[in-house]
Amino acid sequence: METLRVDVDHRLRAFRLALTLEVGAETVALVGPSGAGKSSVLRAVAGLLRPEHGTIEFGSETWLDTVRRVALPPEDRGVGFVFQEYALFPHLDVLGNVAFGARDRRAAGELLEQLQIGALAHARISDISGGERQRVALARALAREPDVLLLDEPLSALDMHTRGIVRSELHDLLVGLGLPTILVTHDFEDAATLADRVGVLVDGRILQLGTPAELVAAPRDAFVASFAGANVLAGTARAGQAGLTEVALDGGGTVLTTDAGVGRVAVAIYPWEISLSLAAPDDSAVNHLQAPVASLVSLGNRVRVRVGPVTAEVTDSSSKRLGLREGLPVVASFKATGVRLLPFA
Amino acid sequence: MRPTAFGVALVVATTLALAFLLVPIVAIFAELTLSEIVAGLTSDVALDALRVTAETNLTAMALIVVFGTPTAYLLATRSFRGRALVVTLVELPLVLPPAVAGLGLLAAFGRFELLGRAFGAVGVEIAFTKVAVVMAVTYVASPFYVRTAIAAFESVDTDLVAASRTLGAGPARTFRRVALPLAAGGLGAGLALAFARGLGEFGATIMFAGSLQGVTQTLSLAVYQEFDVDFENALAIGALLVIASALVLLVAKLVPAWRRSGSTSITVSAPSVSR
Repeated sequence: METLRVDVDHRLRAFRLALTLEVGAETVALVGPSGAGKSSVLRAVAGLLRPEHGTIEFGSETWLDTVRRVALPPEDRGVGFVFQEYALFPHLDVLGNVAFGARDRRAAGELLEQLQIGALAHARISDISGGERQRVALARALAREPDVLLLDEPLSALDMHTRGIVRSELHDLLVGLGLPTILVTHDFEDAATLADRVGVLVDGRILQLGTPAELVAAPRDAFVASFAGANVLAGTARAGQAGLTEVALDGGGTVLTTDAGVGRVAVAIYPWEISLSLAAPDDSAVNHLQAPVASLVSLGNRVRVRVGPVTAEVTDSSSKRLGLREGLPVVASFKATGVRLLPFA
Repeated sequence: MRPTAFGVALVVATTLALAFLLVPIVAIFAELTLSEIVAGLTSDVALDALRVTAETNLTAMALIVVFGTPTAYLLATRSFRGRALVVTLVELPLVLPPAVAGLGLLAAFGRFELLGRAFGAVGVEIAFTKVAVVMAVTYVASPFYVRTAIAAFESVDTDLVAASRTLGAGPARTFRRVALPLAAGGLGAGLALAFARGLGEFGATIMFAGSLQGVTQTLSLAVYQEFDVDFENALAIGALLVIASALVLLVAKLVPAWRRSGSTSITVSAPSVSR
């Protein structure tokens, strides 16, 4: 399998997009806030945006080389592009859309069957659901037998329920295809589910690139940590007792951690590292934080509970057993080993 | 609810305005019996004018579509220095008095003029021929099509064009398979408006092509000539033009509506102009 190599530098509105990325037979997700330049990366690879400087190569093919003045037009690059709002052709039916870039209509029909939308072949685009549109957009991109797959927020146009189903289907499909794939999303959970590696893109630069597990375990800074879902609190660190570091939080209270640090720091605690009880337990956790429950959000078998400055994630059954409700005073406990110290962003 | 004075004033003003617009139309038909209309329309003058009008207008519309469509697509999809100036130039004939347009065409293509001499040298006469009628109609009617076509192409979602390119279609195929079908409703409406303007063309044609029966005399010119000779004939031709114009306007309004809901919607801008 060939590798896609991207090395581009391009001025966007308020910052420069400067990024180097190699994508083999894997899915790389670019996550980050909106306006960080994620879509511009996809457009540059597809040839819809011409970067001021840089090279884009696929295997031995040069798609872009600004020094040698090579810039293949989009139609000559082997990319399959799934647009954010899918950009399906309203004047063609489902089969017409998929056949647009296919070798022949039969191949297009087979793809529809494979994605289980064969029955919709002659449906109008305006008559099908969001989840179905997503599959049509995928089928259309794949019909061209692309070398590289580019997905721009492929799940953002879907409602919460459909999103979960489509996400796991998309995961299986991407694994089966084994194509170099770049996926853009603002949702870390989507990225963690779908991608082999995740790059956090902010203001045109990749802050950190690694497997989802690496990003969660060792976020490089507070921004990456909060993107990966951690509670991030600012404070001032100093050496404490027994080799621990004591962090005086800006919002009041102190947190103990096994990480070393001094001065201005950010403290990262993942919601699943925090346990809740009605009274301060006598356990190995050294951090206890007492506050009333501010809010409860149910996520199927999990509940996200806001307690003071942190959010804890507990199972639905634990929540019921404790009788959690808004206003109930609880104690949030977490171990010093579960607290990461990060440079203050 | 009791009608307010303001509500009554609105209704009265609207009624008067509509009556003013309708009275001349009704008068044309009221003056004639059906047999007089038939007699008027089967006269040599009317038949010749109908033939000249059909030939010249269809040719002019073909020219407007063939040259106007790429012009509109380029102006709708490219940004370049001086684009606003070029769009203004395209729209110039809308505000230019038609007589001045005819005078300009004569000054350029007249027998003793700059370009006219060049054509004359190879044996081609333009002024006061059917070619001149086509040129006058094309000049005056083209902005009605091009303006609407620019708006229609601009309303095509740029992501659809981008999608077409990433699916392997080059710029020409993208134009044919995506931009053109999606803009078709707007193009049809624009063409109907241009055709309506072409049917009524008078000023530029009479300056540049004259009013020779069977050669350059269109229906509008025939109305003016018969007005002196045979008033009933003039009315009969007038009646035909009323019907034709109403039909064209109806088409212009209906064509975009035919386009399925869900595709791009197009607002028909019908620029008003003094003839």
